[in-house]
Amino acid sequence: MSHGNMNLTLKIWRQNSGKEKGQLVTYPVKDISPDMSFLEMFDVLNEQLVSKNESPIVFDHDCREGICGMCSMVINGRAHGPKTGITTCQLHMRSFKDGDTITVEPWRAQAFPVIKDLTVDRTSFERIQAKGGFVSVNTGTAQDANCLPIPKDDADSSFNAAACIGCGACVATCKNASAMLFVAAKVSQFALLPQGKIEATARVKNMVAQMDLEGFGSCTNTGACEIECPKGISLENIARMNREYLVANCKD
Amino acid sequence: MSKLDSKIPEGNVEQKWTKYKSSVALVNPSNKRNLEIIVVGSGLAGASAAASLAELGYKVKVFCYQDSARRAHSIAAQGGINAAKNYQNDGDSIYRLFYDTVKGGDYRAREGNVYRLAEVSNSIIDQCVAQGVPLAREYGGMLSNRSFGGTQVQRTFYAAGQTGQQLLLGAYSALNRQIGLGTVDMFARHEMLEVVKIDDKARGIIARDLVTGKLERHFGHAVLLCTGGYGNVFYLSTNAMGCNATSVWKAHKKGAFFGNPCFTQIHPTCIPVSGDHQSKLTLMSESLRNDGRIWVPKKKDDIRKGNEIPEEERDYYLERRYPAFGNLVPRDVASRAAKERCDEGHGVGASRMAVFLDFKAAIDRFGKSQAKKLSIENPTAAQLKEFGKQVVEEKYGNLFTMYEQITGENPYEVPMRIYPAVHYTMGGLWVDYNLMTTVQGLYCLGEANFSDHGANRLGASALMQGLADGYFVIPYTIGAYLSKEIAVKPIPTTHEAFVAAENEAQAQIDKFFAIKGNKSVDHFHKRLGKIMWEKCGMARNEKGLKEAIVEIRELRAEFWKDLRVTGKPNEMNPELEKASRVADFLELGELMCMDALNRSESCGGHFRIESQTEEGEALRKDDEFAYVAAWEYKGDFTYEMHKEELKFETIKIAQRSYK
Repeated sequence: MSHGNMNLTLKIWRQNSGKEKGQLVTYPVKDISPDMSFLEMFDVLNEQLVSKNESPIVFDHDCREGICGMCSMVINGRAHGPKTGITTCQLHMRSFKDGDTITVEPWRAQAFPVIKDLTVDRTSFERIQAKGGFVSVNTGTAQDANCLPIPKDDADSSFNAAACIGCGACVATCKNASAMLFVAAKVSQFALLPQGKIEATARVKNMVAQMDLEGFGSCTNTGACEIECPKGISLENIARMNREYLVANCKD
Repeated sequence: MSKLDSKIPEGNVEQKWTKYKSSVALVNPSNKRNLEIIVVGSGLAGASAAASLAELGYKVKVFCYQDSARRAHSIAAQGGINAAKNYQNDGDSIYRLFYDTVKGGDYRAREGNVYRLAEVSNSIIDQCVAQGVPLAREYGGMLSNRSFGGTQVQRTFYAAGQTGQQLLLGAYSALNRQIGLGTVDMFARHEMLEVVKIDDKARGIIARDLVTGKLERHFGHAVLLCTGGYGNVFYLSTNAMGCNATSVWKAHKKGAFFGNPCFTQIHPTCIPVSGDHQSKLTLMSESLRNDGRIWVPKKKDDIRKGNEIPEEERDYYLERRYPAFGNLVPRDVASRAAKERCDEGHGVGASRMAVFLDFKAAIDRFGKSQAKKLSIENPTAAQLKEFGKQVVEEKYGNLFTMYEQITGENPYEVPMRIYPAVHYTMGGLWVDYNLMTTVQGLYCLGEANFSDHGANRLGASALMQGLADGYFVIPYTIGAYLSKEIAVKPIPTTHEAFVAAENEAQAQIDKFFAIKGNKSVDHFHKRLGKIMWEKCGMARNEKGLKEAIVEIRELRAEFWKDLRVTGKPNEMNPELEKASRVADFLELGELMCMDALNRSESCGGHFRIESQTEEGEALRKDDEFAYVAAWEYKGDFTYEMHKEELKFETIKIAQRSYK
């Protein structure tokens, strides 16, 4: 049951460091099972490379169940591969056919420089979060949780925005490498809740300012980010953030 | 014995923590500014501790191996978090949560710690809601609850099937706020490789920058290890690929005792292994057992598909064996029962190592109640099914999607196949009531410590413990130590102890590259995992454990002779990272087997075949084993066991029964 019968040709981006030039390198892989995950296929390839004393392909991955947001491959031109609503680690080889050629590249954006091979530096996201992705409430100061009733629909919408895993597929997909969907998801999560209203003005202004500073591009409303987002974060969030941003600036 | 002082405060269990808090030494704000704390790990325990300590005014450094603190594996917890709010008016209380946790842990946890955990559980929910964590709500705007294994009340708070994600993002947001304020320095893509001890106190760590490969020295007046569990000893587990034991194991070798290393939780509801290529296992939340029914065919070696097996030929073995708790028995009981059925030849699926988890009855039930709600008289069968599916989707949609992604089967139409998998480690570094290890100034929080779950953890209690330790315990208990350290100036990292620790870390790295053998790290890891799963897994016996110890020693010797690590030390090198982790697993695995061998009783997740009742249930031996086994490293892979006797002053110790 472990051996499969798919033979594939992989074209994988290899780049030793951010300072050096990279290129696509071709690797054949054999006997791939359709039940393998895409990353397990990479494991097989890497084991082969180690056995030949070559250096394995470096790629980010961790939970392998679609929630940590670490994995980040552009597969045949699409962030997280050909299926929608999943991360790279949730992609299985049954989505491909025997004989296929598969091209794998890293996220490409000025604000996500390549570290090595398929691994990029996403700390720009961290710096945006540190500018306002929170409610300023110290540990121990909270009132009883049910003293603050919140309409179920608002809580659910907030949850849907908060489901963002911070993978960066939205940026990798956007032709402008814009981070609007990512930032909007966080702004929306708080904008939809009473807890978030108090700091709403500063939050949206500071997060957007940092986003611009990091070199992410502008949003031109193509909606590609929403399609490739593995968690289905809606474009509505961008509209909501724009509204928040406008209101915040009117208050000045 | 004399070496272990659990420092549990005197008095009634209800008053211990209150009294402790009003008498523990404090550090004044101007002194806090001069005290530095290192936090290793950024999951629920680490992120909440780091944020809370920084809010208090301490200078904090946080380390994690991932590229962001938000990716720690707490993020993957699905089901929920327990709290004794009694919002459902169903008879819950702090005492009941305490009692259920001690009983669920099969009477191998400390009463004092567990009571404190139950006590602070309510504040966790308050804190998370105030942070803007979008927990599930009812239409009236109040928080929603569901039930979990091992309890008869609804006390579990949740956010769809992504509770861990939402709680971690809450703690992460608090951490980000402090990073933005400049009170926390964040070191992502860093792995701790050594503890630095000066005059028998923990004073810092050696960490490797995983991007440049450079070793770094970091000073701290105290060091907190919040690095999670060691389930990846088994190679296949529900842990993330990078989860490892290095920080706790290196601390162990520097003097921190290891508590109950053999206590491992095998989770009953995971997606079965599909082949040799398998790199990890995926959990299907225990919350599914609220509505799913577990069964196997009554006939042995029945190869029919689930839907083709008529009702009367199905054995709902949990409902049959445990009528009071049914499908909601604790995890250890459910796992063993699945193994027992499969070993008897009733397993399903290609591997025959799986049981069904079936939602047909739930879909029927929900369909009917939904039709009633919508006032549809005489609904058609198709309508009922559609309504039922909608309700199930609302409750478990993301889990069902995940199952279909992995297996290619639609669980709305065919029963899921599930099998137990390694999920959580109750064992960990021994800590006292302050969460301090046997090394002064070295603390251990969350899954990485041994303290609250005894021999088995109840569902939705891991998130509770991680956040309790970080938000509400350590901010108080660390004062007991740091109040005596206020005169200590930051020690320059040129100190000989830092140099020596860095040299040790460097020597191990050099050793890996010097072997130039023929086999990959994964090769050894998989073999270790196989030994552990077969001989130190769901059922253990003396013969198997003795064999395992010999086999692990041999494997370790082979590892150090025939390992191949490609690439260079001074670059991003995942093979080197894995080698370092597996080297530690190869030592820890042996200690787990030694501990399992010593404990010749069955309790919780630790089932010794020699110790069972006539009905095949776990048989504890309270006269001999009502203690925590705390192992001291004596050098050269020898260990001495110290016992911390467990005293049950509040709860009457009894054989666990879920019948």
